[in-house]
Formats: sequence, C-alpha cells, structure tokens
Amino acid sequence: MKTPSRIQLLTPLLLLLLNNAGLFPGTPGQLFAQEQPVAVTGAEIITVTGETYENGILLVRDGRIIAVGDAASVSIPSDAEVIDATGKVVMPGLVDSHSHIGEGDGGDRSAALHADVRIMDTIYPGSDSFRRALAGGLTSVNVMPGSGHLVSGQTVYLKLRPANTVEEMLIMVDEERGIYGGLKMANGTNPLRQPPFPGTRAKSAAMVRAMFIRAQEYQARIEAAQGDPERMPARDLALETLVEVLEGRRIVHNHTHRHDDVLTAIRLADEFGYRMVLHHVTDAWKVADEIAASGYPASIIYVDSPGGKLEAINLLPKAAPILEKAGAELGFHTDDPITDSRLFLRSPAFAIREGLSRQKALESVTIANARMMDIEDRVGSLEPGKDADFIILSGDPFSVYTRVEQTWIEGRKVWDIGDPEDRKYSTGGYQVIRSSGHGHHHDH
Amino acid sequence: MLTFIRPFRSLTHPAALLALIAVLLFLPPAASSQIAVTADTVYTMDGDPVVNGVVLIRDGRIERVGPASDVAIPDGYERHEGVVATPGLFDARSVVGLAGYFNQEHDQDQLERSHALQPDLRAIDAYNAREVLVGFLSRNGITTVHTGHGPGAIVSGQTMIVKTAGGTVDEALLDSTTALAITLGPGVRGQFDTPGTRSKGIAMLRQELIRAADYTEKRRHEDADRRPDRDLRLEALSDMLEGRLFALVTAHKTHDIMTALRLQREFGFPMLLDGASEVYLLLDEIREAGVTVILHPSMVRLRGETENAAFDTAQKLHEAGIPFVFQSGYESYVPKTRVVLFEAAVAVGYGLDRSAALHALTAGPAALFGMDERLGSLRPGKDADLVLFNGDPFEYTTRPTHVFIDGVLRHKMD
Repeated sequence: MKTPSRIQLLTPLLLLLLNNAGLFPGTPGQLFAQEQPVAVTGAEIITVTGETYENGILLVRDGRIIAVGDAASVSIPSDAEVIDATGKVVMPGLVDSHSHIGEGDGGDRSAALHADVRIMDTIYPGSDSFRRALAGGLTSVNVMPGSGHLVSGQTVYLKLRPANTVEEMLIMVDEERGIYGGLKMANGTNPLRQPPFPGTRAKSAAMVRAMFIRAQEYQARIEAAQGDPERMPARDLALETLVEVLEGRRIVHNHTHRHDDVLTAIRLADEFGYRMVLHHVTDAWKVADEIAASGYPASIIYVDSPGGKLEAINLLPKAAPILEKAGAELGFHTDDPITDSRLFLRSPAFAIREGLSRQKALESVTIANARMMDIEDRVGSLEPGKDADFIILSGDPFSVYTRVEQTWIEGRKVWDIGDPEDRKYSTGGYQVIRSSGHGHHHDH
Repeated sequence: MLTFIRPFRSLTHPAALLALIAVLLFLPPAASSQIAVTADTVYTMDGDPVVNGVVLIRDGRIERVGPASDVAIPDGYERHEGVVATPGLFDARSVVGLAGYFNQEHDQDQLERSHALQPDLRAIDAYNAREVLVGFLSRNGITTVHTGHGPGAIVSGQTMIVKTAGGTVDEALLDSTTALAITLGPGVRGQFDTPGTRSKGIAMLRQELIRAADYTEKRRHEDADRRPDRDLRLEALSDMLEGRLFALVTAHKTHDIMTALRLQREFGFPMLLDGASEVYLLLDEIREAGVTVILHPSMVRLRGETENAAFDTAQKLHEAGIPFVFQSGYESYVPKTRVVLFEAAVAVGYGLDRSAALHALTAGPAALFGMDERLGSLRPGKDADLVLFNGDPFEYTTRPTHVFIDGVLRHKMD
C-alpha cells in the first residue's frame, strides 16, 4: 500500500542523498560534508544523558560527534580546528516539540479533520523566525499547524540548517515510509465552532473515534490485499496518514488543556493504540498521576501569567515539578510566537525556581523532546555517533545573564553572536524580524 | 500628576475619620504592627545598598533602615529574613483590574467601543480590586500599579494608581485620576467606524482638544452664569490641558512618536510616551522633548507596530540619559498580564545596568507620578511596601518570598 507514499517522498529523499554525497557543493542547506574535525575545548560540557565535564572536549567530524569527555581523555587530531571555549558552557542544541515558526499553515474551515494536509508544503525556509530560533539555541523543531481543528494536519520535524528548500531541513523518522513529522490534533474549546466543526466535547470525541474506525477499516483492507495492487483500496491521503498513526510510525501531538480533556485524549489514544504526546496540558498538575500511569509524555508550556483564555486559568508554574514527582515524562515547548524561541531556556529555568530538578530541566529542552519526536537516536544529547548539534553559552543555561553565543548544526556553525548580522536576531531591532503573518491565536 | 491622594484627602472628612477608626479597630490579627526585616543586601534606592541590612517597620511605615551593626531589633518585633530586600515594585502602566483574566466579554472593561473619544470614563468605576491578576501581580512583588483604560481608542478613558492590596477600589486607591489614555497609530483602526486612518484620528483629537481649550477659557469666566454647562468629556481634557492630568500617549512607530511630540508642542500638556518600540531611532528628539518613556514590555511580541522592538532598548535609553520606567502593558491573549519584574530582568540580561533597572521599577515611577513622598524607596516615614527575594531579584531561578504592603505581610512563599 505504501508504494505511493514512497513516490511522494522520492524527490526530497533524492535531494537529501545527493546533498549528502556533496554533489551540490555550495547548496546552503546540504547535510554538511565537514571533513576537518572540530574540537571544542575548555568549556564545561553538559552531555545531558551522561556526565557533565568541568573541562571537557567535544570532538566532531563529518557532522557527527566523534568523542566527548574530559580534556585528559580525548585526544585532538592534529588537523582539527580548535574552538577555544574556555569559561563557556556547551550543551546539545535545543529541541522544541511545539512551534509555529516558518510561516506555514494547515487545514482550512471546510472541515474539522485534515489528516491529509501537510504543513511541510507551506514552510518558508527564508523566514526570519528560523534565525530567531537559532539565536535561541534551537536546532531541531516540531513545526505544527494550529489547534483550531480536531486534526489540523501533519507536522514537520525540521533541522534548522540554513536552506532554500524545506526538503533540506527535513528530519526523516521513517525512511521506509518517508515520514518526517507527526499529526496535530486538538481537543477542548479551540476546535468547537459551527458545523462541520463539533459544537461540544462529546461530539469532538465521537468524530475522532469515527475517523480512526474508518482508518482501521482502511488498514484492514490493505492487509487483506496482501500486496496485490488489484485488491488495494483507492488511495486516500487522510486515511493513509491515519494508518501511519495506527501503526505507531507517526506520533499524534495532541493540544489539550483542561484536566478532563487530557483524560479524554488519553482514553482515545488507549482505545486505538496510537502514540501520543500531550501538548500544553495546563491542568496536568491536577491529573499528574493519571498522566504518569498512561505513559504519554507531557509537552508543557510556561507563560508568565494565568488566564487569557478559559482553558489557561489554572496555569501553575509548579506543573513541571509536580509532573516530575509523579514520574511523568515531561518537556517544555515554545509554542512560538506564544513564547519567544530566543528565550526558550527561560521556561525550564522558571520551573527550577518552582522545584524542578536541574537534570530534568536540562532534559526538558533536549532529549525528552527528542523522544517525543522519535529522533532521540540522533539529537538531544552529546554522545558519540549523534548529530553534532550543540550550542555554546556564556554561562549557566538557566541564568538570565547567560546568552547563547554560538549555535552549531551537524558540525557547522550556523549562528554566532560575534557576527553583527547574526547578533541582531538575538536582540531584535529595526527591520530585523519581519512579521510572520501568523495572525491567528488558536495555537496555545 | 497627582491631583490628590485619596486616602489623605478623605481623612479631612469626619465620616471618613470614623470609618478609619472602625477599620483600625478591626485590623486582622495576623497583621503585626512591628516588623523587622533582615536581608544580605537591602536595596533602599536611597543611597548605596546596605549589606547585612535591617529594615524596621512600625504601624505601616518604615521606621528605620541600616546595617545590622547599627540597627538593633527591639523586642516584640516579628522577624522575617531574606537574601535581598527591595522597595515594593511599581508597574507604571497596566490594565489589571479592568482587563480580567478570563478574557471573556464580561471581564474586559479596558476598552469601550461605542466611541473613539471618551475621556470621561473613569478607571475607579471599573476597577475590580479582587481580580485574580491583581493578586497575581501582588504575589510577584508588584505593590503599586498605574492601571486603567487600555490602548485602542483615540482617548479610551482615565487611568489611576492603586496598591495591589485591599478589597475595594477605595481601599486600594492612591490617585483616582492620573492620566488620559491616548492611542496614536494603527491600534485604533478597526475598533470604531471612525477614525479609519492615522490622520483622521489626529484630526479628531486636535478638534476635541481645541474645544477643550475653549471650554477651559469659558470655565474660568468670572461671572458664574456665563460659565458653560458641565461637560464631563471636555472637563477631563481641560484638566489635561491645564496640567492636572498626564497625556499617556501610546505610540510605537517613529512617525506616531513624532506625532505625539508635535501634539504635545501644540497643546502643551504633560506627556508620558507609552510603548515606543522604535524609540531607539529617535533618542535625540525624545531627550530634547524631555519626555519620560513608559517602555513596552521587553518580551512584547514582534508583530504589527511592535515588530521592530528590541531587547536592548531600555539599555539604550539609559545610555542616552532618557528617563524610562517599565510596564506590563495590555495583552489581548496569553499571558493576560505581564510582570514588570520579568520584563526588567530580560532588559538586564541584554545589558541594562541592574541598579538602573531597579530604579525604573521603584523610585523612578514613584517620582514620575509625584508619589516619592510615600513610595519608591526604603526611607523612614515612607509606606512600608517591601519585597524580600531568595536571591538576585532578576534571576530566573530566584523569586519573591515575602511581600509587604503598608507594613502588612500580604504574601509569603517558600
């Protein structure tokens, strides 16, 4: 059944492979064929999943991490470019599990369910928002359509390589099927509108159940065909996507706030057996034990005050430590433009002030989010073999006085505060960041 | 621009005196009248910070401030301890109490959409002292707020100054009528049938100010019979023209800021420039005009007329010697209010001198609004509004632990 979607993805895959082979030298977004090793020395190196080295060395080559460890234990090849980061702090590039940078869109008002819609087709690689995100130390981002639909479309996992085409930015999570994103769903008040949208919460759940039952039937017909093209059902882009969800290959990213909506999201995911990340989860602290028991991770948002919408009135800065104590998986997201990518580290820092452990805080913007996107084998920590995505900070990651000084992706420096052209994306200013045109406010 | 300080003035009235006595008799028992606060560093905002400092509070006022070596804590004083002490923080422009946290039609009183020019709308008639966001600011160390009508109309209404304590506006009130909220630029467009353009809005405002100037003349007439009938709209504008109220002018783009300066020169009213996201392009003009800037929140979203805002504008204003204060502003969505402490912290992170930032949160706004006799620094005789922090006030990972207003411990957090 999946032959068609291979064809769908053939072009971008080819592009990626060609770029990888260095056949388009000079293409800004190529997977970097960086042959000269780079050694970052003198810094405190926070690997996140392993040790923190007071005086460490990070050695990278060909876009990957070769070695990380104490200065005494890592030998630097003679041909290496040495980056002296004495007094600095190095940690993995930040991973954001929920953002709206890139000026993409999603489903329209014709229906409440748009599993066929891909935000990938609308991302603008030239968007200033990508540079703003690099200035905040972000390197991998789940860019999603909004939350004004039960299903607003397919999300896209992007590596923020400088690029002219979205294909150069994709992070493939399923090479066989060509999957590079999740599926954005929402419950609660945002999708409630006039028909064909649901008018109540129960109707929302009924529509989602009916949708997945159709998908199960479609899946059964594909299986019954046993590869015989004659017996295959007609292609249906929405059902194909939902089958990927049912097979566990595509993760559902479910916007949900109120505690009962959280439990409804869990109930539906349990019924159909799909993988899901709970997003925003304002009321998570009320059902922390239930979330922990469900095993679904919570991707939470920190905003500076409660209220602003009915579903956010119970916002509690203590949510993160409460989830940690309950044993739930948790991470933070920016929901940019709701919170600014440049200040992403502020979210876990405020959670520390409320009692979150430092280790969990580090994970909450790196490896925990990578797990929520199936990319934890490649990003989210500094380990040999992983992508050489890292940031150099002027000091403690959780201090207001600390600035992201450099952002590296796959062994190449893509943002540097020492370069005035780059620096302005950190500070802002006259005609630095043009409005994204992302005018609607249904995302939180 | 203090026309009067309500609690003081009301004391002259015998009924108010009786009421005050009644209140004093029923003070909550938890409110100890004698308190000693100690901190590793006390930022008095009245001279150098005091290391190992003690602040004695008695009957709602600061009694004494000094190093522990000089100031003995008398017996019977309730003791509280922190790492850093500062005066209570002063939010120089907010809409809390009018723009409620539910963000539903019934709790959004910051903008009346029936007409673009309504200087007669009083903030005291709409302020909900028990609004959740007022308490939220209070817990974050903000003890005084300049709040009221929001941006979005040529003149949306009046503003006032309150403390973030008290169950009614009368208990909270410091100044009932502080400024008229005026908006220039695209923020007005789309809210009303007219104005639909920038220049139409200015024409409407100038015409109304000229009528108010005329009204002012007639109001002064020696023969009472020849004075005009009272007109509440013109009265408020007349008060502004006579310097009893500020013009709080919201303008972000350079041309809107220049329009504000032009209007100010033409009509001579006392002006505060609100928002001003492109002010870094006009430092000479602003300094020359002698205008104080109530700077947009550092973390204002970069879109529409604020798309060119920068994290280092406060630092640039400081460097240029232009007086500025911080504000939480108006938010239409989440977060429903900002917190000036957090906004100042980002400015500090982007290079603003820390003591300049503290000044802009305390003594600066107190002086700006003519309240430095009572507020803005820890000096004997002033209101005992004070915040204790468990570390650097600006650091993300530390927080206010104790908030005192009028010598009463209002909030305590671990």
